[in-house]
Amino acid sequence: MHKIMKPERPVGIIGYGAYIPAYRLPAEAISKLWREGQDRNHLPIREKSVPGPEEDTITMSVEAAQNALRRARIDPQEIGAVWVGSESHPYAVKPSGTVLAQILGIAPAAVSGDFEFACKAGTEAMQAATAFVGSGMGDYALAVGMDTAQGRPGDALEYTAAAGGAAYIMGPGDEALAVLEGSFSFVTDTPDFFRRAYQKYPEHGNRFTGDLAYFYHIRSSVTYLLEGLQLSPKDFTAAVFHQPNVKFPQKIAAELGFSKAQISAGLLSNRIGNTYAGAAVLGLTNILDQAKPGDRILMASFGSGAGSDALSFVVTDKIESARKVAPGTADYLNRRKNIDYATYARWRKKIVMK
Amino acid sequence: MDIPRYWRLREQRYKLQGNVCAECKAYNFPPRPVCLQCKSKNMQPYQFKGNGTIYSYSTVYQAPDAFNKQVPYLVALIDLDEGPRITARLTDILDNKIEIGMPVEMVIRKIYEDGDNGPIQYGYMFRPLLKKKE
Repeated sequence: MHKIMKPERPVGIIGYGAYIPAYRLPAEAISKLWREGQDRNHLPIREKSVPGPEEDTITMSVEAAQNALRRARIDPQEIGAVWVGSESHPYAVKPSGTVLAQILGIAPAAVSGDFEFACKAGTEAMQAATAFVGSGMGDYALAVGMDTAQGRPGDALEYTAAAGGAAYIMGPGDEALAVLEGSFSFVTDTPDFFRRAYQKYPEHGNRFTGDLAYFYHIRSSVTYLLEGLQLSPKDFTAAVFHQPNVKFPQKIAAELGFSKAQISAGLLSNRIGNTYAGAAVLGLTNILDQAKPGDRILMASFGSGAGSDALSFVVTDKIESARKVAPGTADYLNRRKNIDYATYARWRKKIVMK
Repeated sequence: MDIPRYWRLREQRYKLQGNVCAECKAYNFPPRPVCLQCKSKNMQPYQFKGNGTIYSYSTVYQAPDAFNKQVPYLVALIDLDEGPRITARLTDILDNKIEIGMPVEMVIRKIYEDGDNGPIQYGYMFRPLLKKKE
């Protein structure tokens, strides 16, 4: 049996924050443009979030991290690491974390770098932040999962490639609103989805993205984690799985033995699409917004390439006072404005100007 | 490419970093070496809270080169709660309703990209207050 990962000292979430841009593009608008609505009865989601023209992964990470800082109630100068996980970093070379550290008042005494692992870059940053705090290298670390995902016009991914994410401040377990019980990471070389250097849009392996990628990796990470912790699905109040659409997380949850009630709070993809590195971590913020002390929560991400992180948290009584001091995930879900495909095409730079 | 200026002004643009007169408590943004009110040079750094109200606003259709791909956009004069009146862009006006006196809050946005190869400049814009569920 594989060994699960646990830090040397207890580590948990001491602050969390969500961010979702306000704009929504209905999947029907994409269907109507590219397929004359032929697939309108089996669209993967209802609508997806779209960043405003002045938003990118850095600006969105700032607001999520500001919300996390409000809940953590610590001096930003105490944070020793700033790690942003995304596949849409604004710069190819210059870490998003440097801008974040400056804006949030964390700079200059901190490590910072970008993580990239398709849709699991956010949980990857959380794992690193846990190790940073758990080893005693620092007391607090900021981990962000955020994306402004791009889908090629007319491609299946265009229906779902969305924007949003969440920030977490990991800290000592005795200060945490949710303590990490353990985690398991599972990775193989599986080319289900990738984007080569200098390419604007990613490529995907169509049906190859299901069984051999998403399902195999999440099934493995969750199964090993539950075995290691000697837990079963009924021990969890809630679970969130990576959500590239609505069907995949529902299917893996059912297969692993989680009920619809357990996954309902964390399943946001029908309303905002696939926020890539932000998807699982954003589902977790919505669960934490509703959690009670003693609740056990499973989060399982999936990143193409491919891998999955499974993490188990137990909520503490610090959740009650923390969640009130910053906007909740629902505040961002409810702040919405529909845009048409033409506006989307302009904002997302899909119209070639030169 | 205006990297030195971008670097020099980053605290102002990222955090609304101004100053306050230690003698007469007048707030300044941008920060000033001498108080406009009492001429004191005893100025202390002050980070504005980022809340204010719209004093006036306008829509820009003819913009400088750096911003011409962004038109039309909204600019406003904003009275910060601490006193100073500043110029800033407005963003996320979802219901197209803007009113003089409307409360707004600072957010970080991309101000402009210096071409395809230059730096991306981030800074403050203002939006209507985020509605929170009770």
